[in-house]
Amino acid sequence: MKILVAVKRVIDYNVQIRVKDDGSGVNTDNVKMSTNPPDDNAIEEAVKLKESGKAKEIIAVTIGEDKAQETVRKALAVGVDRGIHVKSDSYIEPLGIAKILKKVVEKEKPDLVFLGKQAIDDDCNQTGQMLAAMLGWPQGTFASKVEHKDKIIEVTREVDEGLETIQINLPAIITCDLRLNEPRFASLPNIMKAKKKPIEQLNAKDFNVDISNRIQQLKVEEPPKRKSGIKVASVAELVSKLKNEAKVI
Amino acid sequence: MSVLLIAEHNNSNLKVFTLNAITAASKIDQEINVLVAGNKCANVAKEVATIPLVKKVLCCDSPSYENFLPENLAPLISKLSESHSHIIASANTFGKNFMPRVAALLDVSQISDVIKINSPDEFVRPIYAGNAFATVKSNDKKKCVTIRPTSFDPASTSGGTAELEKIDPIDVPSISKFVKREETKSERPELGTARIVISGGRGMQSGDNFKLINSIADKLNAAVGASRAAVDAGYIGNDHQVGQTGKVVVPDLYIAVGISGAIQHLAGMKESKIIVAINKDGEAPIFSIADYGLEADLFEALPQFLEELNKLNTIQK
Repeated sequence: MKILVAVKRVIDYNVQIRVKDDGSGVNTDNVKMSTNPPDDNAIEEAVKLKESGKAKEIIAVTIGEDKAQETVRKALAVGVDRGIHVKSDSYIEPLGIAKILKKVVEKEKPDLVFLGKQAIDDDCNQTGQMLAAMLGWPQGTFASKVEHKDKIIEVTREVDEGLETIQINLPAIITCDLRLNEPRFASLPNIMKAKKKPIEQLNAKDFNVDISNRIQQLKVEEPPKRKSGIKVASVAELVSKLKNEAKVI
Repeated sequence: MSVLLIAEHNNSNLKVFTLNAITAASKIDQEINVLVAGNKCANVAKEVATIPLVKKVLCCDSPSYENFLPENLAPLISKLSESHSHIIASANTFGKNFMPRVAALLDVSQISDVIKINSPDEFVRPIYAGNAFATVKSNDKKKCVTIRPTSFDPASTSGGTAELEKIDPIDVPSISKFVKREETKSERPELGTARIVISGGRGMQSGDNFKLINSIADKLNAAVGASRAAVDAGYIGNDHQVGQTGKVVVPDLYIAVGISGAIQHLAGMKESKIIVAINKDGEAPIFSIADYGLEADLFEALPQFLEELNKLNTIQK
């Protein structure tokens, strides 16, 4: 089995983001960047399938500016075999990303594509499902358990009511929840070895797909601030405030 | 212009968040048609017909829609979208699963998780886990939109007499199969819709200590939540998780106990009407968004809290 994993470089989840004063977006200069957290789960799941002998090759693909390669390099350091970097210096919406990934899938012919369930920057939660629709493949979204059974994958999904289990035919798309696994850290020798693994360089322009953005971002602003509250001295005061002032109990 | 709204249900009853999505839809256009796709779901269609804001109920009854598999649903929705300008669903795991598939089939960029509708093509949505709000304008002819249910009030459910129309299912190759659903059963109200939520964090120190939270939840008829740290530590199941990667809740009262207030947790609860924080670390970030902060050891404060509640003559349910 061959697996493709799509990864995205985003502002690190521990960074408190700052909205630009002119409302044009979020400041990304000199801000720590990392792999989108659930994409790490996607990589880990692919590597586990390889370790269990079920997958032969894993390819990591990213789309973005030159520095986006860091996320592919990191994937190579934990067991991914080779990388693809599709260069684009401007923002591409999930719809355009899915179209590029479709072309990559058509060329590489993986049996499975793993993605994170959502990117923590634009919070769209779309790319995996869109790619599945474009390919006519089934999808297992928000996966917290993945079991490979011959030509079928059984996926346990995190849904609002609890858990849902489905079986999907291969080839398939799986989008990963944070609870799917515990991503490993790269060891220093593996980081060194990863530097020798190949990353194919491509350019988004050369894919011949319509990646024009359909959504105009008019402004980005800070959410309204809550007015600052008070500290109470005792539990009795707290309960009295909740009862008589806030009137919520 | 007209809106095609996809109803969420379990084949016998409508799920409440559909009502919030209908209110959102009414801010786009008054022509709201609701698709009820399911198996033996005629009762749901009848229920939807009584919602005054709904113009027409499109009922598509077929075993292939019984479990709302997106591979089966998306082709049906994209066909029905031909006569509509907007396709709308809730931004929960129901809508998030199929809507991008519909958008891709229509070659449309989806607008996810909308919290405010400025006009039929201009929307406000949170990004970066709610740490910024983006105002966006869609230039697509058709618009696929998912709605954050807690940002809109539920639509009224009585007095309507919408027309019912039967829709034929669409044949698609079967590439996915439903196996089972394990619903979390609880005597308490559901986390997503509860009026009061009390959540514990890493400060609870063990799963057993959650009984302190549970007894207060029972007294207040509250749902029990947790931070990701508490879930990761195994104190409580992940269906209780509040936050960016768990559930977003907007109760009248949110009580955070032993929760420091990581960005990812705040994203799931900071729109709550009243926030209470109980934490022994006076510098914990949770205090910066709390209406009432109590700097105290939770193992002393929670039993006292229960005692004080017991003293009250009445408690709102």
